Amino acid sequence: MTETPAMQRWIIEAEIMPKQGVNDPQGEAVLSGLRSLAFDGTRRVRVGKLIRVEVTAGSEGEALAEGTRMCERLLANPVIEEFVVSAAAIG
Amino acid sequence: MTMPANSPRVGVISFPGSNGDHDALNALQMDVGLHTRMIDYRETDLSEFDAIILPGGFSYGDALRCGAIARFSPVMEPLRAFVDAGKPVLGICNGFQILCEAHLLPGALLRNATLRFHCHWTHIRIETSGTAWTANLSAGDVLRLPVAHGEGAYFASDELVEQLEVNGQIVARYCDAAGNVSEDANANGSVASIAAVANDRGNVVGLMPHPERATNDLIGGADGLRLLRGLLSMAEARA
Repeated sequence: MTETPAMQRWIIEAEIMPKQGVNDPQGEAVLSGLRSLAFDGTRRVRVGKLIRVEVTAGSEGEALAEGTRMCERLLANPVIEEFVVSAAAIG
Repeated sequence: MTMPANSPRVGVISFPGSNGDHDALNALQMDVGLHTRMIDYRETDLSEFDAIILPGGFSYGDALRCGAIARFSPVMEPLRAFVDAGKPVLGICNGFQILCEAHLLPGALLRNATLRFHCHWTHIRIETSGTAWTANLSAGDVLRLPVAHGEGAYFASDELVEQLEVNGQIVARYCDAAGNVSEDANANGSVASIAAVANDRGNVVGLMPHPERATNDLIGGADGLRLLRGLLSMAEARA
């Protein structure tokens, strides 16, 4: 007998960053700000975004796969951005 | 202005947040002399049109990325068929961003390297007459047009830029008044100074500067007409 996995609520987090080699003028501006504040050890800054999506899914793998598809199709632009997806159960 | 009977019908798509739609419509009607009509973003029948323009602005408030949400407008499916049929489509500024997000043009537009909104006149050098929109111009022609963008830095990987170059898909580059391409003239930090690109078939062009805002000397310049009048030669070709 196969058990259908119980549906559960998950928070998917998509961390989206500019790809290597893509100019990030925001990161450069933040870097010069940090240096102005005497954070002298600061070497490099990249600015990206974090998107949280609440979904219902049967397992962590399912939630992660869903998040990856969301990034590929809308949340990230693969020409200029790369992403990492994570999922945590809630409720 | 009287319109030739065989004047092509050009549609301008108005998305929520477009702000260059009326500029484009007025320029085409009053200064070029074409039959035009505004296309609502929910329309799905584009069969009456010979050419379509996606105007500038801030569609959907630039949510997520410029142009990323406009891509889901109902009008985009028939637009894709319009493109597949080889008909001419021009994306200006936000229209360029939308066409990139919809994968109808290669590459992407990034924040200006200066992080500032750029609103000034610039020069572009036409690189090819091999597209639907530059057929009546010659490579080397210099146009003076205004820009108004925050995310206008064209980006493509090195391999893609090389491929665009080989295929003649680089349509225009930022330059000085004499037509020299330099980093100084490339104010927004575009890769290879690219101001306009075409798809591989040459019927879709995306352009960051605004030809529709340079169609009369009364508003500072008329070089935009040299580009938009290409639509009239399309009509002659049909006649």
